[in-house]
Amino acid sequence: MLIYSLKRILGSIPTLLAIIVIAFFMMRLTPGGPFDTEQPLQPEIRENLMKAYHLDEPLYMQFKRYLFNVLQGDFGPSFKYKDWSVNDLIWMGFPVSLKLGLSAIGLAMFFGIFFGSLAALKQNTWIDYTVMGTAMVGITIPNFVVAPLLSLVLGVYFKLLPVSGWGDGDFSHVILPIISLALPQIAYIARLTRGSMIEVLRSNFIRTARAKGLSERLIVTRHALRAALLPVISYLGPATANIITGSVVIEKIFQIPGIGSHFVTGAINRDYTLVMGVVVFFGIIIILFNLFVDLLYGLLDPRVRYD
Amino acid sequence: MPNSKTLNTKRDFDVIIKGRSLWADAGHRLMRNKMAVVGMSILGFIILLSVIAPYLQMISPDLFPFTFDEVDWDNISTDPSFENHHYFGTDGNGRDLFIRTLYGGRISIMVGFVATLVSLVIGVTYGATAGFLGGKTDSFMMRFVDVLYSLPFMFFVIILMVFFGRNIFLIFIALGAVEWLDMARIVRGQTLSIKKKEFVEAAHAQGVSTYNILKRHIIPNTLGPVAVYITLTIPRVIMIESFLSFLGLGVQEPMASWGVLISEGSPEIETAWWRLIFPAIFLAFSLFSLNFIGDGIRDALDPKDR
Repeated sequence: MLIYSLKRILGSIPTLLAIIVIAFFMMRLTPGGPFDTEQPLQPEIRENLMKAYHLDEPLYMQFKRYLFNVLQGDFGPSFKYKDWSVNDLIWMGFPVSLKLGLSAIGLAMFFGIFFGSLAALKQNTWIDYTVMGTAMVGITIPNFVVAPLLSLVLGVYFKLLPVSGWGDGDFSHVILPIISLALPQIAYIARLTRGSMIEVLRSNFIRTARAKGLSERLIVTRHALRAALLPVISYLGPATANIITGSVVIEKIFQIPGIGSHFVTGAINRDYTLVMGVVVFFGIIIILFNLFVDLLYGLLDPRVRYD
Repeated sequence: MPNSKTLNTKRDFDVIIKGRSLWADAGHRLMRNKMAVVGMSILGFIILLSVIAPYLQMISPDLFPFTFDEVDWDNISTDPSFENHHYFGTDGNGRDLFIRTLYGGRISIMVGFVATLVSLVIGVTYGATAGFLGGKTDSFMMRFVDVLYSLPFMFFVIILMVFFGRNIFLIFIALGAVEWLDMARIVRGQTLSIKKKEFVEAAHAQGVSTYNILKRHIIPNTLGPVAVYITLTIPRVIMIESFLSFLGLGVQEPMASWGVLISEGSPEIETAWWRLIFPAIFLAFSLFSLNFIGDGIRDALDPKDR
């Protein structure tokens, strides 16, 4: 188990390096720099700025410097927000984004598994068709359509919830963003759960459990669900990536001060270091989560052996 | 007599499918799948509307008096009405939303098809090469795909759009370059199983070059799963394009894709609901239809999978 974990951690290093290399060179190869303003800066000022941010060095030197700093956990100063480092900005947004993302994943898991199992147990009844039809809607309608509609209905017409903003992260402010972020994932997970549940319910060990005379409830909760959850667990990796991507849009719609909104403003301001920092940071999170999912998978599925 | 007419068409149909090739068989099964047929009709209708959008004014200047970027100063942000011929209302600049939605469809659907084509070309070439060469080259090429797979690609596309300018060709390339990974994996798997077949060995024995074996024998035989995957990639690409446009990183004014219209409409939803609803309906229905068609083709090509 320990050796396996170490192997997986070592295996994710090339991925991380690839993220840093691609992000770095894509940034530097693009036309236009961070100090291109409407009125051209005076050459001396420009030169000093370039020197202060080490942009006058050859590219490989810059890369070496950046890589070295990132490995020490330092993403450098922000190019646009004076006196702020990228680390400051990321850590300021992180608690907000983390709360949003984790709640969305939790919500998606709970309702996805619940509705998926329900549809599988009532296969080919109206319950099944309703759940799967709704899931299809949830998957195809993008969350930037769902979010404004939800805030129109619940926020403007019924005045139940605030339309946008984060407040202090209190319940009424977070509920709309979390739901909008979770909906497509609920739909995916429900479809996955239904598919695997139907397969599991047909398998031999379930027939054995039935033959033993176990109650239907015990069969489902104790035996079927555990086996049916495996594809859902392995979907958690892509789900995190999807939720992180989705949070960029959701944070923009609801004006939430998370990392996603830093990323969008950073991208528009050509804030090299901020954008690279966010991409690398998200990359690390996705890699860590995938690692966690792999280990969890091994714990849940006795057929997986670590060697 | 209506009765004899229906009978005739039915007989014609029977004659057509008598060949019973794999594709004719699949086509027949697809036509029996109600959801897929409904999907094809809706999508066909939307595509037709989008294609004829620029000529509507020529066809009937009375019914469709507006162009996509013309400002109607008397009707700024008015709701849908038949009297002033703004069937979907107008936007904040007094532009006709009906025509703009149809134009949006032109862009969104074009992006969907072209970017999918780009991903198809890259994915099929890469996958077929890796699978055919096999050995160390194959495992190296697939390791590379694995590494790319775990990157947060959406963010690279966003960076690309911001720094290289918002240009429609870049969107094609960027989205195609993101979506080829799955295609490469599928094609590689197919290639691995096909290259062991006798007819490939026969071609080898006759001295056919590697390139020609790939082109003539391997790639045509991978088309089944690829066709399924294409129909599922198109809606995904359309969705990603809308996502980019929503963030203000897609196509530029005065042109508009559905994503741009939705992005412009969503802040106004309290005062001008039509600006979000109509483009959203068109987008949602196209995505729906494409998904149903994709599912239908999958079931049609692989009936045991049901």
